[in-house]
Amino acid sequence: MSLADDSLEETMAVTMTVNGERVSRAVPVRQNLIDFLRTGLGLTGSHIGCEHGICGACSLRLDGAVVRGCLTLAVQADGAEVVTIEGLTASGEAADLQAAFVERNALQCGYCTPGMLMTAAELLASDATPDRDGIREFMSGNFCRCTGYQAIVDAIETVLRKRRRLA
Amino acid sequence: MKPARFHYVRPASIAEAVLLLAEHGEDASILAGGQSLMPVLNMRLSRPRVVVDINRIAKLKGIALADGAVRIGALARHVEVMRSPLIARHLPLIAEAMPNVAHVAVRNRGTFGGSVALADPSAEMPACLLALGGAVVLESTRGRRQVAAEDYFHGLYDTARRPDELLIEALIPPQRPDTLSAFMELSRRHGDFAIAGLACTLRHDAGVIHAPRLVYFGSEPRPVLARTAMAALDGKAWSPATHDAVAAALADDLDPIDNTFGSPAAKLHLQRVVTRRVLDGLPDKARAA
Ligand SMILES: Cc1cc2nc3c(=O)[nH]c(=O)nc-3n(C[C@H](O)[C@H](O)[C@H](O)COP(=O)(O)OP(=O)(O)OC[C@H]3O[C@@H](n4cnc5c(N)ncnc54)[C@H](O)[C@@H]3O)c2cc1C
Ligand code: FES
Ligand code: FES
Repeated sequence: MSLADDSLEETMAVTMTVNGERVSRAVPVRQNLIDFLRTGLGLTGSHIGCEHGICGACSLRLDGAVVRGCLTLAVQADGAEVVTIEGLTASGEAADLQAAFVERNALQCGYCTPGMLMTAAELLASDATPDRDGIREFMSGNFCRCTGYQAIVDAIETVLRKRRRLA
Repeated sequence: MKPARFHYVRPASIAEAVLLLAEHGEDASILAGGQSLMPVLNMRLSRPRVVVDINRIAKLKGIALADGAVRIGALARHVEVMRSPLIARHLPLIAEAMPNVAHVAVRNRGTFGGSVALADPSAEMPACLLALGGAVVLESTRGRRQVAAEDYFHGLYDTARRPDELLIEALIPPQRPDTLSAFMELSRRHGDFAIAGLACTLRHDAGVIHAPRLVYFGSEPRPVLARTAMAALDGKAWSPATHDAVAAALADDLDPIDNTFGSPAAKLHLQRVVTRRVLDGLPDKARAA
């Protein structure tokens, strides 16, 4: 296989569904999915923190599962279904969770919040009902530098119990 | 922090992928789950000329029981392995270890093959593969070969895999019903890489331990089958005397790395702590089984 000149920016045409809408674009093959969503589509709800998989600020949903937007190339989402915090909010899926975050003061600067919500939404959508330790374990890939986590666990626990009709 | 320029190719078959690897060799990087490769590309610690994305190769996917072995396809994601009833039933060691691998979002993408190909010294799956006496299947344009785990892990991120070889699958003999297994690791936080850890299988009849296989990871450059400690344990009842003998033997088997996570002496101590906790927990585990 012959490759193009190494000094050129290689692009590839991709089509994916983002928050329910079909988008087709030519993207640089080296562009991370998070950068494509933020700069290419203007969906700046997902944040960028560490860019190497540690903090979880970039969490988004790819084909139904929460992933790191900084560790997936945009070209890898070709044909896939992507949901960002904008889509999660618009669908109302996380409305109770968002209200609980506000009520419990589970955010201060808010930088980690979109990622926290994307990850917590996966827990709520599963059939698991973990205790507080289990919630912490599930959320262990999302960092928060402000809240000390207690309030975040409170909010998730409240919604979990409501949705499972335990309280 | 964005990757340097590369060419991106997305082969649809194993044949196509190994041709690309034959052509580009060390200039190519295989992209599986990307959970270890992408950080390295983002930080530009590596600048491959070609990225070969194997995620669309259907033959690398899936988990199955065939010809007396559990086959875990290279592209089986950590989450699939963790939820697999087949793994829970036939390879409880792996089922027990998997929740220790990273975090939810990383497990949703990371693959079994990627873990075994990377051979991170703190990774759980290489240790389990060795403890269970499994093997890996490698393929290049020169053909297919099977390498036993005992011959596969050479050193720090160093394996028997050649740059033009694609890891196809792992083949693991199912655990016998009378085999007990246990897994434990010590890390700073849940999901972090282990500083000390033990993956083991053994049989346990009337309080006597038989045929133990103890694999230590985290402290060593690669997972280590602790043969001296295994000999000290085989045929013995777990007692303070056996514990002392195993703890002493570990000094011969292990040669911990000196790094920011601790001195070699501290890590040897932690491996002894893990050993004692695992073996002390076994009688309960045996009763529950
Ligand atoms: C925050 C964080 C925490 C983590 N914690 C842990 C942990 O606790 N334990 C742990 O084990 N891992 C951990 N990981 C790593 C994770 O498990 C990775 O998924 C795994 O190490 C590599 O799998 P991958 O599919 O993502 O591989 P990739 O990142 O795609 O590839 C890794 C390497 O293997 C090569 N490779 C991949 N597949 C093949 C193949 N089929 N044939 C030949 N070569 C191949 C690639 O070229 C590359 O060099 C963590 C990662 C992150 C980001
Ligand atoms: S920006 Fe992706 S994990 Fe930190
Ligand atoms: S609210 Fe500031 S980082 Fe979490």
